[in-house]
Amino acid sequence: MMLPRCERPTVPDESTLRRFERAVLPHLPAAYNMARWLTRNDHDAEDVVQEAYVRAFRFFDGFHGGDGRAWLLTIVRHTCYTWLQHNRGHELMTEFDEEIHNLDGEAANPETILLHRTNQLLLRQALEELPVEYREVIILRELEGLSYKEIAAIADLPVGTVMSRLARARKRLQQTLAHRLHTEV
Amino acid sequence: MSCQEVQDLLHGYVDGELDLVRTLDIERHLRDCSACAPVHAQQQALRSALRDSALYFTPPEPLESRILVAVQRVSNANTWTWEWSWRWLSLGAAVACVAIVLWSVMPLSIEFSSPDHALQELVAGHVRSLMVDHLTDVTSSDSHTVKPWFEGKLDFSPPVPELTMQGFRLVGGRLEYFGKQPAAVLVYQRREHVINLFMWPAQPQAGGNATMVTRQGYHLAHWQVSGMSYWAVSNLNQAELQEFVRAVRQQTSALPS
Repeated sequence: MMLPRCERPTVPDESTLRRFERAVLPHLPAAYNMARWLTRNDHDAEDVVQEAYVRAFRFFDGFHGGDGRAWLLTIVRHTCYTWLQHNRGHELMTEFDEEIHNLDGEAANPETILLHRTNQLLLRQALEELPVEYREVIILRELEGLSYKEIAAIADLPVGTVMSRLARARKRLQQTLAHRLHTEV
Repeated sequence: MSCQEVQDLLHGYVDGELDLVRTLDIERHLRDCSACAPVHAQQQALRSALRDSALYFTPPEPLESRILVAVQRVSNANTWTWEWSWRWLSLGAAVACVAIVLWSVMPLSIEFSSPDHALQELVAGHVRSLMVDHLTDVTSSDSHTVKPWFEGKLDFSPPVPELTMQGFRLVGGRLEYFGKQPAAVLVYQRREHVINLFMWPAQPQAGGNATMVTRQGYHLAHWQVSGMSYWAVSNLNQAELQEFVRAVRQQTSALPS
């Protein structure tokens, strides 16, 4: 008498790993850049990206080709938010204060911005000070060059909200820059 | 298009997200409007400043290999999990089978005295060998393959009689434990009947006649010779099992003790 021999369930084999490496690993710079901007810390960004990659591998069955970068960024973003919730809950509570500098209407004139383009520090600081949900649309739009539709998919937002967040984020950046440049001069 | 409308749509315009008609409308407006043109210029300046690659964080060199190691570990863990779940499943099934056999044997074993408990174990060992597809650890009809296999696994060297001429084909051998006693088990076959020959060292005593008992339809033959205790268990008929015992005894008594 013999026991019936069941088919062994499929296991993630070498080729799955290879496929994953090919489709997802090349987007590491985008993943790291996003995580770094959202966590604002090198070490935390590394941990979050590693965690995101492990998650991505677990969910790789759900990836049916297409844009590996957008798929990965969705997971990175989700991992970032989970991490922020656990470690920096207060950052997610930050309200977008329209009148933060009392400089409504003031904006750095184009020449000033261009002149100070080398002064990345100011821009970097201004960007880091944005509430995370405004920061992320700027990163995805300006640094990753993604379309509104792609951003909407990654951040799980309506396209209209993507545009209005971008508008507010840019306005804030302009104000902050104008304020800093004004006080520096 | 009014200035308000243009400025509302300006972000869509600079991001290239507007349709052709509105894009052209705004372009025309910006050419002529001294209020909207600077706003547009500001946006463009900000955008080009943002696109400066210095704002783009590049991952540190070791991160990629760190990630590969982590993913590899998960991949291996998944494989292990599957393998182990399969192994536990088969082990569970084997244990269940043995439990059923023992449970069916249990009412009988109650009326047996202690020596009979050993008989039960032998019968169970025989049945188990047939049930879980674990008849042999080493499968060979060649006694010169089976005998060396036991070396280093036991603190005694079991004789492996060659009985093909007598009509008992050697199938192989395996290890079993009875209590703390390790036993060598040789497996022979005649037609479809399997014979398990259990052996372990015993107190040296004169080789008496083999005793035969029957338990649950299985015949058990026991004898001792040359400091070894033998048990043969099979569902072969009693006459043929006696023939088997004679053949084994002939061969083993010829061996130097």
